[in-house]
Amino acid sequence: MNTAPLLAVDGLGKAFQGLVANRDISFTVHHGEIIGLIGPNGAGKTTLFNCLAGFHTPTSGRIAFEGRDVTGSTPEAAAALGIARTFQIVRIFQSMSALENVMVGAMLRNKRVAAARERAEAELSFVGLSHRAAVPAGDLTVSEQKRLEVARALATEPKLILLDEVMAGLNPTEVREASALVHRIHLRGIASIIVEHVMEGIMPIAHRMLVLDYGAKIADGTPAEIAENPAVIAAYLGE
Amino acid sequence: MTTMTQTRKAAAAAGLLALAALLPLAVTEPSQQNFLILILMGAQLGVAWNIVGGYAGQVSLGHAVFYGIGAYASTMLLLTLGLSPWIGAPVGGLVAVLFALAMGWPCFRLKGHYFAMATIAVAEIVQVLVTNSDLLEGAVGLTLPMDRGGLGWLIFLSKLPYYYVALGLLVLTVLASWAIERSHIGYYFRAIKDEPEAARALGVSLTRYKLIALSVSAFLTALGGSFYAQKEMFIDPGSVLATSVSIKIALIAILGGVGRLLGPVLGAVILITIEEYSRTLFGSTGSGTDMIIYATMIILVAVFSPSGVLGLLGDLRRHLPGGGRTAAEPGKMEARP
Repeated sequence: MNTAPLLAVDGLGKAFQGLVANRDISFTVHHGEIIGLIGPNGAGKTTLFNCLAGFHTPTSGRIAFEGRDVTGSTPEAAAALGIARTFQIVRIFQSMSALENVMVGAMLRNKRVAAARERAEAELSFVGLSHRAAVPAGDLTVSEQKRLEVARALATEPKLILLDEVMAGLNPTEVREASALVHRIHLRGIASIIVEHVMEGIMPIAHRMLVLDYGAKIADGTPAEIAENPAVIAAYLGE
Repeated sequence: MTTMTQTRKAAAAAGLLALAALLPLAVTEPSQQNFLILILMGAQLGVAWNIVGGYAGQVSLGHAVFYGIGAYASTMLLLTLGLSPWIGAPVGGLVAVLFALAMGWPCFRLKGHYFAMATIAVAEIVQVLVTNSDLLEGAVGLTLPMDRGGLGWLIFLSKLPYYYVALGLLVLTVLASWAIERSHIGYYFRAIKDEPEAARALGVSLTRYKLIALSVSAFLTALGGSFYAQKEMFIDPGSVLATSVSIKIALIAILGGVGRLLGPVLGAVILITIEEYSRTLFGSTGSGTDMIIYATMIILVAVFSPSGVLGLLGDLRRHLPGGGRTAAEPGKMEARP
């Protein structure tokens, strides 16, 4: 494993006209690491994702990706650098088939349609949706649409993938499958940061957990350390 | 798509083209040939509009500005420098591209209805400027010289040559649209239309691809404008820059089916036919009835078939036995604020 961090976030803050959504958040992510990002509703998890993926410009602090300052870059620039994301509420291309959705992702690295199709077929197979390739994306189940978003993000050949609640609303079998999928992403050497409320999905596979509360980082450690951290317990259960 | 449907599509396209090429043998009456030319011209404009308004989902209601730029550019180059429209029309197209880039840069910051409203405003401003321009003879308009003729000057005495030039221009425009549809650009356009934020997350620059869509569309629309000038041999702001021209161009595509390659061709056949019949029915002025017809069509399309006549046909086929669903409707018009 490479020792220089893939992602280094330093003192990141984001405020929306006085409402502070993120304050002074610092952490690093190494190549291939699985990071769980948890916290109560409104803790600032999605805002942090939006800052990392270029959808928000941070109010303070800096973000370095592979040693390069990427603070305030655009989403398309972040994607080109190798930061991919999924959306909490799925945003699939309704007018396209499942395969075509993934092809759009693959086109970031190869504009040739035939090559993009090949790549997309491989990613659909990776998430287990090969049999649904020709189906209109809008006709897929919610669980399938979430996997489709993962395939689409992976098709951009990222080094870091941001997964926003990919396990929400899934049944226990599907949660296990989703955990296995995240692990297989790790085996490809791709780091992931996973926002998740489904603890049984994230705790067994995460190498490290970050906990946010009221926009600030309150804990950073292994899942076992986090489970016993008094501040985390207080945040979740109330004092 | 399977190779079977591909070959069948290619065969259908070849058949359609052969039919269009042979049609004037059966239709020899000049006024009827003129009617066919109007359909080809309308179809060409609709296919060009469809690139930005259909595939990329950026509804422009100001396309008359590109049409007018094409008409005025080729005509002015002919009148002042004696240049053939074979040079003047592409130059007009390039001017339209430059205008599209300058206009798209600020306008594409607006989304949905607001973008459409901005395009109306830009087109209106240009119409007022041209109407008050001494250089362009203002409201008087420009008349093309009568002393030249033939293929080199694209000026003919009979209707037949115009028919084939219009057909060639339509084929060129359809081929351009087809090439875009099949390339990564076509996929990006549809992605931008469906979910712009998701497209960005996959590395698609919205500004860049919207500008590409508008530029290609503007270039082809300007060629249509130059052709109009050559055919009518007279242009003025009312005929090539009016808001009704913009609405007609958009309506042809919307009526036929947006985001589908040949939707606008079908739209042109329907709209131009209705227009011509109403003209004989309500008299030659037509300018008032035109707008009533457009308004009625917009309401009918919006209420009964947002994906146009092609979408309606697709729905019917799906409900017939054996007609399975193949893919999501690419042509659905979605109003997203």
